[in-house]
Amino acid sequence: MKTRNFLYSQKVAPYVFVLPFILSFAVFWIYPLITAFTMSFQKITPSATDWAGLNNYIKLLKDKVFIQAVTNSAKYMFFTLVLLIPFPMIFAVLMDSNIVKAKGVWKALLYMPALTSVVISGTLFRLMFSEYKTGQMNVIAQALGFGTYKWLKNDWSGMLALLILACWRWTGVNMLYFLSGLKAIDTSLYEAADIDGASPIQKFFYVTLPLLKPTTIYVLTISVYAGLAMFLESYMLWAGNSSPNNIGLTIVGYLYKRGIEKNDMGYACAVGVILLLVALIINFAQLILNGTFKKEED
Amino acid sequence: MKKKLLSVLLTAAMTVSLLAGCGSSAAQGTGTETPDAATEEVADATEQAEEEAPVNTFGDESGTHLEMWTFVELHGQHYKDMAEVWNEQHPDETIEITCTTYPYGDMHTKLLSSLEAGTGAPDICDVEVGQFPNVVAGQDQWLVPLDDYASDYMATMVPSRMQTYQGADGHYYGAPYHVGAFAMYYNVAAMAEAMGISNEEVIAKIDAVSTWDDYTALGKEYLAAIGQEGKYWTSVDTGGVDWMWLAMAEYGDDWTGGFEGPANVQLDSVKKMMSMQQQWLKEGVAEISPDGHVDLEAGFQNILDHNIVSFPKALWYMSRFTNYMPDEAGNWYIAKCPVFEAGQKCSVGVGGTGTVVTQQSENKDLAARFLCWAKMSDEGEQHIWDKLGFDVCNTAMWTVDSVAHDDNNQFNAFFINYPYDVLNEIGMDNIGKISVVAISPTINEYMCTTTLNEVLEDPDYNIDDALKEAQDAIDLEQ
Repeated sequence: MKTRNFLYSQKVAPYVFVLPFILSFAVFWIYPLITAFTMSFQKITPSATDWAGLNNYIKLLKDKVFIQAVTNSAKYMFFTLVLLIPFPMIFAVLMDSNIVKAKGVWKALLYMPALTSVVISGTLFRLMFSEYKTGQMNVIAQALGFGTYKWLKNDWSGMLALLILACWRWTGVNMLYFLSGLKAIDTSLYEAADIDGASPIQKFFYVTLPLLKPTTIYVLTISVYAGLAMFLESYMLWAGNSSPNNIGLTIVGYLYKRGIEKNDMGYACAVGVILLLVALIINFAQLILNGTFKKEED
Repeated sequence: MKKKLLSVLLTAAMTVSLLAGCGSSAAQGTGTETPDAATEEVADATEQAEEEAPVNTFGDESGTHLEMWTFVELHGQHYKDMAEVWNEQHPDETIEITCTTYPYGDMHTKLLSSLEAGTGAPDICDVEVGQFPNVVAGQDQWLVPLDDYASDYMATMVPSRMQTYQGADGHYYGAPYHVGAFAMYYNVAAMAEAMGISNEEVIAKIDAVSTWDDYTALGKEYLAAIGQEGKYWTSVDTGGVDWMWLAMAEYGDDWTGGFEGPANVQLDSVKKMMSMQQQWLKEGVAEISPDGHVDLEAGFQNILDHNIVSFPKALWYMSRFTNYMPDEAGNWYIAKCPVFEAGQKCSVGVGGTGTVVTQQSENKDLAARFLCWAKMSDEGEQHIWDKLGFDVCNTAMWTVDSVAHDDNNQFNAFFINYPYDVLNEIGMDNIGKISVVAISPTINEYMCTTTLNEVLEDPDYNIDDALKEAQDAIDLEQ
């Protein structure tokens, strides 16, 4: 009888429902987080684990390669935000309007890249950006009258390749987020705006944009994290974790290099903790500025 | 209808993001990381990476069972043949081997994890030389010292190759496949055609080369004769440190500083090699190897297109010719590398795979005995040469006619001269050694990602600055 009461209790039921999530969150997130944090203060060698105090962090500050990895990740994050929020939003608005014909085709075309594996698309992009005259980008450059260029050996062009890959892959996905946000906007608001004589541009800035804010904040938050945590794209584009002058090295790439390739888990954990802190700080700042934590006003 | 489409698309989006999550974590685990340093067998390993891990069991079913891992399928073939001979010779202690071939990065990661965890490691495992410092770090807690098992063969083994797989405690933990002696490959046919002289005359010119100045002069002579754009004498590497190793060996330097350390890359030998290469690049004698070094598809193509007609590489590169450039049969000649000053060592052992026996093995003694026999005995070495095409470490074999001058051997047949004649000409004492210690991966990585790119992509870059920068980064690790 007691178990029956327990199972049917309204107080307990919610906890039972969220238990699977809490459990997996604890096992796969909280536990590794705490361990990683502890390990970041240790020196871990095959035979022994010693406390190293703040040594790993002090070394990080002096480590030029790490600083470059952070710069690369930050640059990548910044540019993906600049490119992957406004443009998908505009595409979504266009898809939602009557201007575009054959919407299904466009949506499918824009979304398709997200279905391909990064491993395959990264390899294709590597071949496209190859430094030989037969690489796609060099074929185009030559057709335009320029010489061949070592795309993946220079700072700006390496970043360009990463950004093109990111845009090609994620524009469709972000567009879908915005599209679902647009569907939630009440059409009567547009009708009212029409009656007031608002131009399409005015409707976009005074109706669409404010009401799309929750979606925008969501996309912004996940894009900040995705930008900072990017690894596989760069790994595939340079066929490994090493790029000339580290132009493609990201924070996660550096973590992988230290932890897996060099078997220095303590130091890698320190890198991971810094990545978490940076992502948290940026996202909290962004959410506070957006007023997400303010009480909902009715 | 629209809503339905949207919901389908959104579901697809969720599924994809889930799958993308799985995909990236899987790729982190199984990625075939190819070390940029032009280490051996990587081309073979990447080839393997595309297939599922093949598992082969061979030998006597009722014999002692041994588990083994490798990252080159051909290596497994070697043990298969050797196990059969072993079983014939030792009917009272027969063995059965299960050999699994994993992709390069995968196998080393798996091995390290299982050694750290203290369970799950195989009895015998191949370890690539670049990864060896990570594995040997566990010394006799992880690996079985092979000193006693190898003692019967030590008299004829090239000492520097045994030392490559030493632990910090001085014990030998790995059995080598080959010397990996550095030599110069020349495309005699292409040179003869361009210069309008016979093959014999070209070979005479090559044989007359003893210093780098002679080498450069011959290069200029060839380039003047061919007079075409896009043709170079040689290519220099931004993705491998082989040239630097050769320079160090010639001057008897070692940037790792050995087990005692500390590492120092600001060496005159390295500076000399770099400034010579910068000069070549400025004068159009050399180009930068496409994709960083010659042991990659782009490098093979470059050689096939005769864009370069000479380059230094270890003798194991012979198998790249037979596997990837069979059309070049009969065109190439192997010779000693030039030196900076007469009387210097002219070669260095590069690349390699040390095979280890783990402490987790239940049959350590048998595994170690079999391994040393299969890799160091005359029978084993003969088989390594015939099947794998490696320049074997057992120097006694170098002068055996059935090995060195057997025309049925594909490598003897492929080149104009006999590879072992070159090896004998170089001589065991003239093959230098660069230590592979804990700091080695750091040095190689910094050189391949940064220093060599700086110095070679911009031939006016100040070499001292580049090396100072590298030294600062390396000092952070030691």
